[in-house]
Amino acid sequence: SLLSTSPFFPLLYVTANYPMLAATAPFPPFQASWCVLPSRVLLVLTSQKGIQMYESDGSIMVYWHALDVLEPPPAQAVFARGIAAASGRFICVGTSSGLVLVFDIPSKGTNITLSEVLQEHRDSITDIASEVGENPDGAADLVTADDSGALCVWRSKEEFSLLTKISAFGWTCSSVKLWNGVIAAGYGNGQIRLYEATSGALRATVSAHARWIYALDVAPLTGKLLSGAEDSYVQIWKLSRSPDTGDIEIEHCHSECVTDTQLCGARFCDPEGNSFAATGYDLSEIVRYGQV
Amino acid sequence: MSARTLPLLFLNLGGEMLYILDQRLRAQSIPGEKARKVMNDIITTMFNKKFMEELFKPQELYSKKALRTVYDRLAHASIMRLNQASMDKLYDLMTMAFKYQVLLCPRPKDILLVTFNHLDAIKDFIRDSPNILNQVDETFRQLIDMYSCLSAGEFQLIRQTLLIFFQDMHIRVSIFLKDKVQNSNGRFVLPISGPVPWGTEVPGLIRMFNCNGDEVKRVEFTNGGNYISPQREGSFDLYGDRVLKLGTNMYSVSRPVETHMSGASKSLASHTKENAAPNPLAKEELNFLARLMGGLEIKKPNGSEPGFRLNLFTTDEEEEHAALTRPEELSYKVINIQATQDQQQNEELARIMGEFEVTDQPRQSTSKGDDLLAMMDEL
Repeated sequence: SLLSTSPFFPLLYVTANYPMLAATAPFPPFQASWCVLPSRVLLVLTSQKGIQMYESDGSIMVYWHALDVLEPPPAQAVFARGIAAASGRFICVGTSSGLVLVFDIPSKGTNITLSEVLQEHRDSITDIASEVGENPDGAADLVTADDSGALCVWRSKEEFSLLTKISAFGWTCSSVKLWNGVIAAGYGNGQIRLYEATSGALRATVSAHARWIYALDVAPLTGKLLSGAEDSYVQIWKLSRSPDTGDIEIEHCHSECVTDTQLCGARFCDPEGNSFAATGYDLSEIVRYGQV
Repeated sequence: MSARTLPLLFLNLGGEMLYILDQRLRAQSIPGEKARKVMNDIITTMFNKKFMEELFKPQELYSKKALRTVYDRLAHASIMRLNQASMDKLYDLMTMAFKYQVLLCPRPKDILLVTFNHLDAIKDFIRDSPNILNQVDETFRQLIDMYSCLSAGEFQLIRQTLLIFFQDMHIRVSIFLKDKVQNSNGRFVLPISGPVPWGTEVPGLIRMFNCNGDEVKRVEFTNGGNYISPQREGSFDLYGDRVLKLGTNMYSVSRPVETHMSGASKSLASHTKENAAPNPLAKEELNFLARLMGGLEIKKPNGSEPGFRLNLFTTDEEEEHAALTRPEELSYKVINIQATQDQQQNEELARIMGEFEVTDQPRQSTSKGDDLLAMMDEL
């Protein structure tokens, strides 16, 4: 179940694999993601007009949330971006105005409701991530990132509460992942930063890429981290915590150059991170790599 | 996508068009006075105040067809004429050049530096005409006002909007092939060496900190590329060294402009479907064109100034051959105005188009209305 978050990729993927869906979807999808909840999997598409949720085979649209449309179009773009399932019962979607919409998802059926709106960001949401590893009680289980580079860390039991805010340093945070209490954030200047989720403390900086990072992914069983950027490279890293000091560590494992391609989507294909796939601008293929 | 994209698209494509026309005017040995007049007329039309007002309004990008119509008009804003084949080639070159520039921008914000490079060159073309110079400077200031304070994220959205517009275009340009910036399959070469963008560190360093914020470990790694630090940042002021070379004039009399049509584009199934189905945006595109054209003041050529035809190819035979052999999927299908539908809409557009009437080509027709619609259909 590979889906990438990118402006170019969802249209390709959706039209290739869900031609019926693509034909009936009113507007070209901006972003697509499968949200895995304990009782069901929903396919969520965002666009300039709103948010659509489908049963995982794309057969039925179970929910539609329209974004406010203004005529004439404002100078500031309107769209939804950033999708993640949280706490086994919510789906969170970001908007261009900086809001994070929290939808309550029943175990089956179409009775989906907007239960909360988180208003801590002032700039467009770029990405949202939920904890994919071990989650000790009281710890963070959601991270939201925005265009200015600011990050918000949330706890979501019944209601969402803000644990901590991480300030921007001047570059867009384009993608974010959360694993075992470690936040991995990719930035528009090619840097990856690791933060302690509960405190927001900076634990590592990596000058990882020469261009805008578009995609980050983490393999939950091993802590492998993948970054894909416009410099044509996929870099593979290993996250860990030192048992003595508790310090967060990151080491570089592998480089892969997808020649002449500005990568806009990349994901691990298995939970251990032994294989990954990538795609890019003007590429009508998904390139898949595996360890031999 | 971003509603602030059109001014950048229009100005940069316009800039590329002027580079190419300038090169062809010199290659065809058009007398200096005439050549200067053509360039002045086109630039005056491009930077017309009313036109610029329409352009800078927040709006979505329209189709390639709609935009192509505007450049057709612009190219014919003076005593110069181009045949269909030459106009097609001109548009191919303009679009591939700007696509290359957008793709290779080191930072999303550098798209503004590319635009400034084009404007700097345009100002040089008309340096002896203070009136037009003022118009261009006015547009320059408008750009600075509108774009200077946008965030990196907003610029990236603009860049993505442009890249989507150019998606799947792979026309091979011989000057790009020669310089090895384009592969024989039409895709651009993305270098993995050279200076990193301003604000980016050369890849290769990991720094780790303890919970107190002290650096405790530093590790180097090989990222695969061969990058170096950048020298300095380009200027975003009205005047200044832009540093970035993208958007500067790459043509000269000794480097001719050629394109190869074969094996150019791979269309996805969805693209061919799009061409066959009726265009639901057609009415909005007409609105857009009517508004834009309404602002485009075309100078009527006076009787004493004889026109001439510019050829983008080296011989007339080549031009004819290109017209006959252009692949179907690369034809710029014109906007088909169905005279039976929405008569009022078409009359408005026809009225505006009437101001652009070509005087030195005799036409046989019964009424002015038919004449104009026929002329538009011929594009």
